[in-house]
Amino acid sequence: MSTLTTIPIEQYLIFCSALFCIGVIGVLIKRNALVILMSIELMINSINLLLAAFSAYSGDPAGQIFVFFIMVVAAAEVAIGLSIVVLIYRTTHSIDIDVLNKLKW
Amino acid sequence: MILLIILMLPLAGFLVLGGGFRSIPKRVGAVIGTNTILGAFLLSIALFYFHQHLSPSMHQPKGSFVFSLFEWIQAGNLRIPFEFIVDPLTLLMLLVVTGVGYLIHLYSVGYMNDDPGFNRFFAYMNLFVFFMLLLVTAGSFPIMFIGWEGVGLCSYLLIGFWFRNQEYNNAAKKAFIMNRIGDLGFLVGMFLIYTTFGSLSFLPVFAKAGAMPAGTPVLTAITLLLFVGAVGKSAQIPLYTWLPDAMAGPTPVSALIHAATMVTAGVYMVARSGALYALAPFTLTVIAVTGIATALFAAVIALFQNDIKKILAYSTISQLGYMFAALGAGGFTGAVFHLTTHAFFKALLFLGAGSVIHAMGGEQDIRRMGGLRKKMPITAFTFLAGTLALAGLPPLSGFFSKDEILLALFGRSPLMWGFAAAGALLSALYMFRMLFLAFFGRFRGTDEQDHHLHESPGVMTFPLVILALAAVAGGLLNLPGWTGTEGKLAGFLDPVFSVFTSSSVTHHLSPSTEWILMGVTLAAIVAMIAIAWRRYGRGEEEPATEVTPGALRRLAEEKFRIDELYDRVVIRLLLWLSRFLHDTIDRRGIDRAVNGAGAAVVRAGNTFRFIQTGNVGFYMFIMILGILAILVTNILL
Repeated sequence: MSTLTTIPIEQYLIFCSALFCIGVIGVLIKRNALVILMSIELMINSINLLLAAFSAYSGDPAGQIFVFFIMVVAAAEVAIGLSIVVLIYRTTHSIDIDVLNKLKW
Repeated sequence: MILLIILMLPLAGFLVLGGGFRSIPKRVGAVIGTNTILGAFLLSIALFYFHQHLSPSMHQPKGSFVFSLFEWIQAGNLRIPFEFIVDPLTLLMLLVVTGVGYLIHLYSVGYMNDDPGFNRFFAYMNLFVFFMLLLVTAGSFPIMFIGWEGVGLCSYLLIGFWFRNQEYNNAAKKAFIMNRIGDLGFLVGMFLIYTTFGSLSFLPVFAKAGAMPAGTPVLTAITLLLFVGAVGKSAQIPLYTWLPDAMAGPTPVSALIHAATMVTAGVYMVARSGALYALAPFTLTVIAVTGIATALFAAVIALFQNDIKKILAYSTISQLGYMFAALGAGGFTGAVFHLTTHAFFKALLFLGAGSVIHAMGGEQDIRRMGGLRKKMPITAFTFLAGTLALAGLPPLSGFFSKDEILLALFGRSPLMWGFAAAGALLSALYMFRMLFLAFFGRFRGTDEQDHHLHESPGVMTFPLVILALAAVAGGLLNLPGWTGTEGKLAGFLDPVFSVFTSSSVTHHLSPSTEWILMGVTLAAIVAMIAIAWRRYGRGEEEPATEVTPGALRRLAEEKFRIDELYDRVVIRLLLWLSRFLHDTIDRRGIDRAVNGAGAAVVRAGNTFRFIQTGNVGFYMFIMILGILAILVTNILL
């Protein structure tokens, strides 16, 4: 336990925020659907890490339990996301999200 | 009770004929239509006998009998039972309405024989009789008002009977709308009665009113307002112009509605509310003045008319003026007496005119008639009887009733008597002018009309004869005191009008004055007849001696242009107002607002739809912005 607390919590915070922002930017900028999914995964993982860190520093195991739940949800979401990408590829032979612009005014 | 059956018979007639008028053959329809009224008449006679011989203990005081059918309206303190009253006045009206009504229905079987709307006609007539009976048997103001409105409705239906002609429809609308104006007065009067007396039934209201001193402002207001209603319904100045136009309807309609019954509803209403009027001397003066003015004015117009029905229409207005004048002078019995005799001879005259029109193939201009008495003796003779009665020659009924009115007026004010007498002289003049021009001299119409001339069938002449007998003998109802027999009608109606004989509203004249007045008027009337004979007896309209008719005569010929006056003053204003409301307020104001709201929504939608770019990346960006906004507001608040 003590080894974990030698790293100040602020560093975890900064690190995870950076990761999160990188994920957000990836979602916004990238046109490759797979990369967007990966960026979403990145965001999720940064949150997991932060949760675990907070849980360790406050001695409350609830945070780490919650991380398990989040991982399950992430897995399910990735499965569905990837299957949607596959279907899109089958119809449009591309994974560029700019191809999907028919639902407009 | 019997009363209900009396009312229900014509109503049933209406429902049967109204429902099946396409399918019921004419004969059956005629039988149904006329016999409902006959039944009502016979039952009225029966009711009359019952009433006379019923033990006094069954009557409420004053010989009247009220009974209520059911509670019609109950709202808080307001209770309006559907109640009826049976007293001498009611009985008299019942007999007149059903009796004369029956004769007119009988006549109509012949008159309307060729008309495709035969059954519909009788349906409407029956409905009318139902409403009129409701009016006269009503025991409270609201019930009377139902009948009041109902007869107005039937008048509209019957005037516009030949509805394919737009002119007739306009006449019907005019009648109904003018009636309505009067009805406003009636309604406001009723409201006042309720707030003042807490009830709308006749007997309670009259009893409470008796406790008030004469000349109370509230009573004056109430009586004036009710009189406004009577002015509309009974065609007095200024709401009379609908009656001449109402001649557009079939002649039996004119006979029934606009001579004998509906127009007398106003007189009946004032007579019924005598207890109220006895305590409002100002209103009585107003009524008397209005009546006399109308009587004289209409008589002048009648003198210059050439349409046989229009002459009779103005004559009706004039005679109604006499009835109201009598009411105003306190001679309630005289007014009701004249109502009865007028019903007889005016219905007679109208039906006779109908015979003439029928025989002339639709011609109504007396200038094109002449010498008809040779080809239509029965009609001519009965018409003569009616004319004599109207002019007021003894011993016919009109003499007695008109004389009673004139005497009552003299007692009130000799000046009033003067005007009324002048009107009586004019009445004699224009009636005999009509009689002579139509029935005497040589025929002035086309040869084709000449060949067509024939006496009417029995079903039409029989009622004429009966009515002529009534017109002649009706005077027996109320002979004045000097003949030795006491006025039967006065005695009969005394319980109803006792409030008048007891208060000092009526004036009594010395017998010598009565004789002098009677003699003077009689002599003048005979002189008028002589003048009429000189001018029109040959059957020629007098040659135009005036090179240019004087301005006054021209004015009179055009009915004093009252209709045109109303058009300028009232109708144009209303039309302008209505157009203003329509164009400016309705179309530009309200429609703009409503349509504008819709258009604004559409415009907003058109602007916002560009947000849906279809670009997934754009959507994600907006989503993240939204999340940020939520976070920020959460932190701030």
